[in-house]
Amino acid sequence: MTALTKLFRTTTFRLSLTYLALFSVAAVLAIFYIYWNTTVLLSRQLNQTIDAELKGLAEQYRAGGLDQLVRTVAERSQTPGNSLYLVADRDGKQLAGNLSAVSPQLWDSLGPVEFVYSRPAPGGVERRLAFANVFRLPGGYRLIVGRDIEDRRELARLIRRTMLWGLGVMALVGIGGGYWVSRRLLTRIDSLSATTRTIMAGDLTGRLPISGSGDELDRLSESLNLMLARIEQLMAGLREVSDNIAHDLKTPLNRLRNRVEEALREPHDASAHREALERTIEEADGLIKTFNALLSIARLEAGAAGENRETLDLTALVGDVAELYEPVAEERGIELKAEAPAPIIIHGDRQLLGQAIANLIDNALKYGAPSRDGGNGRAPEVEVCAEASEGEARIIVADRGPGVPASERARVLGRFVRLEASRSEPGSGLGLSLVAAVARLHGGSLRLEDNEPGLRVVLVLPMAGDALVNGVAGEAPTRAESRPS
Amino acid sequence: MRVLVIEDDQETAAFLKRALKESGHVAEYAADGQTGLDLARSNAYDVLIVDRMLPKCDGLEVIKSLRTEEIRTPALILSALGEVDDRVKGLRAGGDDYLTKPYAFSELLARIEALARRTSPEEGSTRFVVGDLVLDRLSHKVTRAGEAIMLQPREFRLLEYLMKHAGQVVTRTMLLENVWDYHFDPQTNVIDVHISRLRSKIDKNFANPLLHTVRGAGYSIRDSAH
Repeated sequence: MTALTKLFRTTTFRLSLTYLALFSVAAVLAIFYIYWNTTVLLSRQLNQTIDAELKGLAEQYRAGGLDQLVRTVAERSQTPGNSLYLVADRDGKQLAGNLSAVSPQLWDSLGPVEFVYSRPAPGGVERRLAFANVFRLPGGYRLIVGRDIEDRRELARLIRRTMLWGLGVMALVGIGGGYWVSRRLLTRIDSLSATTRTIMAGDLTGRLPISGSGDELDRLSESLNLMLARIEQLMAGLREVSDNIAHDLKTPLNRLRNRVEEALREPHDASAHREALERTIEEADGLIKTFNALLSIARLEAGAAGENRETLDLTALVGDVAELYEPVAEERGIELKAEAPAPIIIHGDRQLLGQAIANLIDNALKYGAPSRDGGNGRAPEVEVCAEASEGEARIIVADRGPGVPASERARVLGRFVRLEASRSEPGSGLGLSLVAAVARLHGGSLRLEDNEPGLRVVLVLPMAGDALVNGVAGEAPTRAESRPS
Repeated sequence: MRVLVIEDDQETAAFLKRALKESGHVAEYAADGQTGLDLARSNAYDVLIVDRMLPKCDGLEVIKSLRTEEIRTPALILSALGEVDDRVKGLRAGGDDYLTKPYAFSELLARIEALARRTSPEEGSTRFVVGDLVLDRLSHKVTRAGEAIMLQPREFRLLEYLMKHAGQVVTRTMLLENVWDYHFDPQTNVIDVHISRLRSKIDKNFANPLLHTVRGAGYSIRDSAH
């Protein structure tokens, strides 16, 4: 497709052509109406003038016969103006009047007639249009009374010319303007398409240009850029997942394989085989768990989960999950305090939120005990509570453990990230990533703070009513903040 | 127990058939949805094991068709799709339980046995008795050898579920799903701790323990003295 045909096919250009045609028709109609009205008016005036002249001349004829008529005509012919007179005998010989060289046909016609006559002008003779009434007087005499209507013809010509020029200029400006506007738009659209193509080719960091005028194309570009950012984020997530699978799933798989190989090498020891198989199953179960967690996170981050949202009481849910972990806490010698104030109604997925709270409590119980070598001297306790204010609900899980250094807070939300201190406890390093993903899906965020001492995790969720229904819209970033101390 | 396995993977189907036979059940097998539907229509099974994705007729469609024909054979859906949303879809289609692949056979077995029991009259009874342990669902009272045992509401529901399935194996996941209504992995073995608490209340002072741990599977409440 050539550049020109592309241009002609643009909506803007077609629109300008359509408007041009409409305006042209309207203009032609308007001008024609004016022309027609003017013509009618002028004709009426002309007829009235001629009638008046004739009346006057008829009176003269009645009063003084042909002689007086000739005299009067001769008199009137002297007055400058557009009136034309002629009195002639039966041979066409002029007796009086300012009209000369009349064609013979005129003599034979009767009544109103339009004709061309010649009159002396500076530098020769000019032929002009006239309108006249022809009368036959007794004795073969003729009387012609008329007016020069060359001016009228001139006016018509002028109007016609104006119309043509006007239309021409309009067409030129219209097409030119359409061309200019379309070109401008097309250039921008072309640059947008070009950028899109480079993005499609794999460069996900590309963004559509914004002209800064704030027009509809800018608004569209801004929306598309937001979409691109989201896609980039998702793609990065996907890449991260595959990297994670490569690094963190292959290792246990390899371990599993080694164990089976080893068992195969050991000859005929049934109990050793059995033990190896049992440990293999254990390892496989661990792998399945990790795999499930990874898939859940990926699904949550893609916004492809949480179709089962319901209106629920967050306080009750927090209390419920805390109750599930209460015996575990007791067994570990940690006091699990769950505060249950007034109900907090939010719109969310009970299973996902339950899992998020479970993960937070599980983490607090695993890593939140004060270190054994003296520690910070506080009783091991984990506080869980839900509170609401300013349109947001917060689930807070606070422990008295070693906490997470401010510099590490953003990092621990990533997948498979485990701090050195926590390596001794079993875990996949996916717990907090999952909580962060659940928060994001609900349009909320996850914050890690200093509990002075210990770690305070705050899961922020929007309250019912303004809760986001679509996970994709939940752009609120998950962030790790250090509280000023 | 007569079980129909509708599963398109030959090896999985053969494994299930063998394992079910070893557990003392009779298993029949259909390789696609249509055959499965025909078999389920014309034979009386105690439980159906239906793979979610099947050739010819999707697993959910099979169950839906059976339910519209008023065939209420309990059905367990097996699926690789494990999210809560998928589970809800499966149950909405008329499935009675949902198990995500990969699964442990002990889990599958415990679940189908529980499903088969659901159709028995015990389901609606107001009193469960195992040995000298009595649970009254109406008055919410538990006694052992005539002695009242005080239980927390959750402990009561835990015991209620175990006793409803007395003599059967109940897995940790089944307890988490049915007593707590949680369909996620709680990381730590929270259920074990709850069970040991319950055990200390009902078994501690008695010579004959009723609440048993089934290794590699879960728990079972039964009177082993008889």
